[in-house]
Amino acid sequence: MAQDKKGFSHDLIERNTLLLIVLVLITVSIGGLVQIVPLFTIESTIEKVEGVRPYSPLELAGQNIYLREGCYNCHSQQIRPFRDEVERYGHYSLAAESMYDHPFQWGSKRTGPDLARVGGKYSNAWQVAHLVNPRAVVPESIMPTYGWMKDRPLSYGDIADHLKTLKIVGVPYTDEQIANAKADLEAQKNPDGDTAGLMKRYPKAVVANFTGEKNVTEMDALVAYLQVLGTMVDFTKYQSKQLQQ
Amino acid sequence: MTSATLTSGATLGSQRVSEDVRYHEDAIRLFVIAAVFWGVIGFLAGTFIALQLAFPALNLGLEWTSFGRLRPVHTSAVIFAFGGNVLFATSLYSVQRTCRQHLFGGEGLAKFIFWNYNVFIVLAALSYVLGFTQGKEYAEPEWILDLYLTVTWVLYAVQFIGTVMTRRESHIYVANWFFMAFILTVAILHIGNNVNVPVSLFGMKSYTFVSGVQSAMVQWWYGHNAVGFFLTAGFLGIMYYFVPKRAERPVYSYRLSIVHFWTLIFLYIWAGPHHLHYTSLPDWAQTLGMTFSVMLWMPSWGGMINGIMTLSGAWDKLRTDPVLRFLVTSVAFYGMSTFEGPLMSVKPVNALSHYTDWTVGHVHSGALGWVAFISFGAIYYLVPVLWKRSQLYSLRLVSYHFWTATIGIVLYITAMWVSGIMQGLMWRAYDNLGFLQYSFVETVAAMHPFYVIRAMGGVLFVTGALIMVYNLWRTAKGDVRIEKPYVTTPHKATVGAA
Repeated sequence: MAQDKKGFSHDLIERNTLLLIVLVLITVSIGGLVQIVPLFTIESTIEKVEGVRPYSPLELAGQNIYLREGCYNCHSQQIRPFRDEVERYGHYSLAAESMYDHPFQWGSKRTGPDLARVGGKYSNAWQVAHLVNPRAVVPESIMPTYGWMKDRPLSYGDIADHLKTLKIVGVPYTDEQIANAKADLEAQKNPDGDTAGLMKRYPKAVVANFTGEKNVTEMDALVAYLQVLGTMVDFTKYQSKQLQQ
Repeated sequence: MTSATLTSGATLGSQRVSEDVRYHEDAIRLFVIAAVFWGVIGFLAGTFIALQLAFPALNLGLEWTSFGRLRPVHTSAVIFAFGGNVLFATSLYSVQRTCRQHLFGGEGLAKFIFWNYNVFIVLAALSYVLGFTQGKEYAEPEWILDLYLTVTWVLYAVQFIGTVMTRRESHIYVANWFFMAFILTVAILHIGNNVNVPVSLFGMKSYTFVSGVQSAMVQWWYGHNAVGFFLTAGFLGIMYYFVPKRAERPVYSYRLSIVHFWTLIFLYIWAGPHHLHYTSLPDWAQTLGMTFSVMLWMPSWGGMINGIMTLSGAWDKLRTDPVLRFLVTSVAFYGMSTFEGPLMSVKPVNALSHYTDWTVGHVHSGALGWVAFISFGAIYYLVPVLWKRSQLYSLRLVSYHFWTATIGIVLYITAMWVSGIMQGLMWRAYDNLGFLQYSFVETVAAMHPFYVIRAMGGVLFVTGALIMVYNLWRTAKGDVRIEKPYVTTPHKATVGAA
């Protein structure tokens, strides 16, 4: 290109690699900064509601199995504020309800139904039967079977390390919760044992021998996680105006 | 190359002949082979998981073969393995020609990048199957693999940018702007989205630094721009080199290239929140995401026009050159999916389309129609050059590939339109007593025929790719198929025709 004009010419950028790099870096940074930074600084981003607590050790182990199996590929955990969704799934999701999810599990596709409030909707026995063979309880289902998970012992020797790591990234686990992590995990599987400490540290946790297996199995953890989803906030306590971001 | 008789020794920059540059091509050949290999693997994986959705028994009841673990294998294989190797091959090939300079760091560095990147791909795929994942779409590899990829990517940036900086041309060619924006931005996205704290230095498991709503925003800032920069800016670099090359025409408009480049890279970054419409992400961010997504339509179509109009004066070649047909059809698909994208980012439309197969269909019209087609065009262009053959084994087979794959895409995206829109409407349907008309599982059952059709589309697309493999294999061997040539001269006007 002949450049006779005075003033700025794109020609300058095309001749100077460093200038091109710097301008590209500036150009692609603006949008991300404007959209991400305020989410950390605007206080109303996460609604002030009571009840949302860090996951109990067994629930956390369950969430990690949920991730490992890629459940988020087919299930969302995010109810949109539409009439049909609220009727089908329950109150629309709040940002506060996923504030301890590292990472978020909102999903992007509903090959299966939303799970944001699946907790308490079905019995433990139904959840186990469904995971073992979804078509035994829902004939039209296209979900994979997870029977192998039912009696596989959960590996939880390092569960306290998981809580410690989450504490580093901002989940408010107390020293007491970390110290009792392993005991709490086992207690949640044993309804005949002493669960007072567990219930004090993790209100609304569902205590049960989910699978009926002797060991704590992977499916115990997964069902414990599913059963707490969406149950932490008591929506009868709030007017919609209080939930505005 | 300009002919040696032309202006030899003159200082006309781009016209000058460089007798002394020996381009590096060994590593490029490796990248091309890997791209074709991973393409077939990725398409097969996609077809298999599509069949799993139609026939769930194909999950086989094993933990390693369930849809949830295999879907990341498919997405990583097609995006990062196939797409990535195509980008390495084409960018490192064209940067040498457009800079009249061999690769900075030489053949050794390029091969080092090749092996590192492809070992990364294998490790990532194995890790998903064995159950190690961050649980974030398109960013599944755990922290240790992320670090490994970062090192490889930095080496690639050094090689590419180093080549540009040591160029013997005065100007940086437009394809290289796009390749550089792709390399730099992907680096930022990859690092920004993978700030994790490992549970133990000796284990794979880690937790993301951010959580909940912030983690959603960061993930889709990454996720959408993996599309915007990996699958768009990078492949536009391919368009700006290979379409003019194959058509033997200059780029339609220099001015449009400049506008296209800067507006595209500026606007794309803002579009992420349209993946989070009506969620717990604050409304202001959703509105920004929607607005910029709609604006993004303009640079996208500017780029499409620049690509397609490059054929001005050479339209007849579409009839006689199926390779060019792949390249141009890809740009047309680019135009189609970049119209559909902004449409789906408008909130009321998104209310219907989100969470349904419409999104899946949209992604595949871009991935199959744009990304894969322009890759096929570039590969068909490159193989005879890299293997020093005068021509492809068969242009007819290229044409069979083209039509097989095109019919496959049409089956795929129409099936997904119907099933997606149908499911979205069924979810919100009420009966005349005011109750929800359908249970969730009824909407699942209704999608079965469309899942079968989609899988058939996938089978056709794989078949086309296998035709390509055969054609390329024979080309590399130096064979030429005896076949009726395409007419290379314009048809004579028939008697009586006006």
